[in-house]
Amino acid sequence: MTQLAALPTQRDEEWRYADFAALETLAPERFDEWKEIELAPGETRRKSMVLGGESPELHRIRLTVGEGARAELFVANIGNDYTRVEVEVRLAKGAHFQFGGVTIGGGDATLEFVTRTIHAEPEATSEQVVRSVHWGQGIGNFLGRIDVARDAQKTDAAQDFKGLLLERGASANAKPELEIFADDVKCAHGAAIGEMDETARFYMAARGIPPEVAKTLLVRAFIADAFAALEDETEQERLLDAALAVLGDVA
Amino acid sequence: MLEITNLHATVGGTPILNGLSLSVNAGEIHAIMGPNGAGKSTLAYVLGGRPGYEVTGGSVTFNGQDLLALDPHERAALGLFLGFQYPVEIPGVSNVQFLREALNAQRKARGGEPLSGGEFLKLAKEQAALLRMDMEMLKRPVNVGFSGGEKKRAEMVQMGILDPIFAVLDETDSGLDIDALKIVGEGINSIMRRPDKGVLLITHYQRLLDYVKPDVVHVLAKGRIVKSGGPELALELEREGYEAVA
Repeated sequence: MTQLAALPTQRDEEWRYADFAALETLAPERFDEWKEIELAPGETRRKSMVLGGESPELHRIRLTVGEGARAELFVANIGNDYTRVEVEVRLAKGAHFQFGGVTIGGGDATLEFVTRTIHAEPEATSEQVVRSVHWGQGIGNFLGRIDVARDAQKTDAAQDFKGLLLERGASANAKPELEIFADDVKCAHGAAIGEMDETARFYMAARGIPPEVAKTLLVRAFIADAFAALEDETEQERLLDAALAVLGDVA
Repeated sequence: MLEITNLHATVGGTPILNGLSLSVNAGEIHAIMGPNGAGKSTLAYVLGGRPGYEVTGGSVTFNGQDLLALDPHERAALGLFLGFQYPVEIPGVSNVQFLREALNAQRKARGGEPLSGGEFLKLAKEQAALLRMDMEMLKRPVNVGFSGGEKKRAEMVQMGILDPIFAVLDETDSGLDIDALKIVGEGINSIMRRPDKGVLLITHYQRLLDYVKPDVVHVLAKGRIVKSGGPELALELEREGYEAVA
């Protein structure tokens, strides 16, 4: 059965910060495409990806996580043009969803993560850590919606966003959205946006570290939080290196 | 070695240094004492090249080179070390990583080869032991969660590893208890008390000078050196106060 979704508009909450000029270049049927992944009860599955290229991209993933299963997803979003990564997760009893995302870029690209985490049954947990580093006219977005169903007692959901803007003109948007219908739940969310720590930069310079090396070290430390839960260190390095390669010559 | 001539500097448009002159020869340790607001920390930051500290007149040469023309990291590569009054915390960057980057950047700037991971760790262990600092602490992020005294000891471990030829130490004694003061004092002596090195020791109190004997003591007030003398000047200041002496 095909279901034809209406094309998104700026009035749709989850599209509110999207780049509509870029979206218009995508074929309408792209908006109906979801990559569906189902995890059997007790299963653990990990995926880490580097996404984004020279033209607009739309990635939509729908995860159905069975009882006691564990889904982990880590994404370095390094597009040079609009790149949207949308994840919808449905958690059964005692399931866990781990998400780590980094958006990084200058130019004028909008890079975004839009997640919807559905705690459909009791005792499921989720943790999302997103870091955005931008300069030029770059934009990083994180819209994280968490739905806790009426019966989903003992839900434990956490969302953590931090943005680092290296130049005036760049921006970051964070929007947590919680819909909670159970009463015995923990839902934590935090968002902060700041600039490079100039004191730390001077401290590093005073020890002989050139500005470009100091910048890389500081940005690496900042984004590393997003991939800290990724156990495979080689994969962790791969994502960090891909993200830092974008950093280039920004002051 | 370090020659400061008629130095004027402003911070946020306010004049802080007003014609400061000072000369430190190789093999000498000079202490600078003075009341709050005299310009002691400003002098340290100006020598280190901190952004926001604007030199409006005068000159500083370091082994004949115009220090003020160089970027902060270039000054460090020349062998200048600035000990911070408030060492900076850098979450997510370990001491080991930080210091290895720093040392290898300096070696590269001087045309040398980088130290391997193993060689670096051996050096770090030696220097940490000298300051009686647990090597485990060096694996933690730079200064994060360190007490005031641990931060100051870590500064001295950094100095030992980087092995500078000139150190400007800004109130390295503040925040130290008596035992730590002794350890830090001995650290300064063993790292910097050499015929080819020099130290500018900025301090409020005489107590560090019990361990690190200065060759010359200067009194800084209102942005200028108002009096210089031997080690006895520090004792006199301690006894009678800045107002009476300077």
